[in-house]
Amino acid sequence: MGLASRPDARTVSYEPQGNEGWVATRLDFLVNWGRANSLWPMPFGTACCAIEFMATAASRFDLARFGMERMSFSPRQADVLICAGRVPFKLAPIIRRIWQQMPQPKWCISMGACASTGGMFDNYAVVQGIDTIIPVDVYVPGCPPRPEGLIYGIRMLQEKVLNERRMDNRLRDEMSPDPSSQLYISPAAIDELGEPFGNSVHQTRSAP
Amino acid sequence: MTGKFETVSAGSALPANDAPVTPHGIPHRGGAVNPAAAALGASFPGAIVRTEVVWGETTIIVVPGRILEVMQWLHDDPDQRYDFLSDVTAVEYRDLDRPVEVVWHLRSLPFRRFLRIKAQLPRNAPLQVPSVWSIWKSADWIERECYDMFGIRFVGHPDLRRILMWEQYKEGYPLRKDFPLRGRFSRSEQLRQALVQNPEAKYSMEELSIADAFEDLPEDMRRRIGSGERTGE
Repeated sequence: MGLASRPDARTVSYEPQGNEGWVATRLDFLVNWGRANSLWPMPFGTACCAIEFMATAASRFDLARFGMERMSFSPRQADVLICAGRVPFKLAPIIRRIWQQMPQPKWCISMGACASTGGMFDNYAVVQGIDTIIPVDVYVPGCPPRPEGLIYGIRMLQEKVLNERRMDNRLRDEMSPDPSSQLYISPAAIDELGEPFGNSVHQTRSAP
Repeated sequence: MTGKFETVSAGSALPANDAPVTPHGIPHRGGAVNPAAAALGASFPGAIVRTEVVWGETTIIVVPGRILEVMQWLHDDPDQRYDFLSDVTAVEYRDLDRPVEVVWHLRSLPFRRFLRIKAQLPRNAPLQVPSVWSIWKSADWIERECYDMFGIRFVGHPDLRRILMWEQYKEGYPLRKDFPLRGRFSRSEQLRQALVQNPEAKYSMEELSIADAFEDLPEDMRRRIGSGERTGE
């Protein structure tokens, strides 16, 4: 760890002649490979970028090639928050809450000029970049970005995921919940917000 | 389906075969005046300031204090029947000598007529007009929107709160001429105030229809509502 030079993250060795069929690799690589190729996006589409996002997910550009065909409309089952479109101040506490509801490990893509910087909406009503509210991993420029642009951003995110280290827990550090904060959501409130959730009756409650 | 199409004119006061015609050749000023203007002048002497016809649409400027009775008459009179309030908005002019105008757009579906009513509010008095919510229930949200953006008080509105901005918005009324485009506070202050809003605080108890059922609610929900959680404060 630390300053030691890292071995190639993609190294996979196996023995094709052996009848056992075993594979030796690094745990980091295996876990990251699984994560990077099964990212479930949480679409947060508020404007025209969402149209391009839908085009990206549809058959012509086919986001399923990268393991993202499963749109997660519940933040509790999502890995990537894709914010496509402008976020007004009235939505700020809502996107913050959605981000807090997503389980770790989680990433965020800010799609388009408005989500990244406020874009042309430099006015009283629009948040000037969602990174003032939640951490962002990849910014996709464009107004709106073409599907190729979004796919390029997603590939960049996959690259980032592939190079993460499990021992490096700074990546997953979060503010510990402070019950005296106004942003704190009690488990009871989470339960109520998450009312229609999942397919299983055992899936409906947050941890006590 | 067999047979020819037949014109259905449910509720129309016009003959069934009197199909709507796209108007053309409309003069900028003048032209046919909506018959409501003359009828209003006869029924409410002193309430009508003046009448304008611009691009074929009649605008009647009414004394602000008599808006409610004029609107009630326009809605009820069998020869007018303005049964659809399509918009309420306001105009503030850059010229500070001109009054602020409140505009109502009325439509008479049975007669296929359009009418614009204006009230001019002087600058040196509180900006308020009577609410027409008692006549058209659709006035509820559009009057709230007008109040939110222009700060005009609609007296008699049952629930005059902000509707586009959040309830504790402190910066003023965004569509007024003296409102700076980027708002009055700094970005960080705006964000801080926005983030302490409660996302659940958008509905009043009446809208949720839980006021009547309050006693039947779960105990924790009663406690949260009782502690004023709706307001996010």
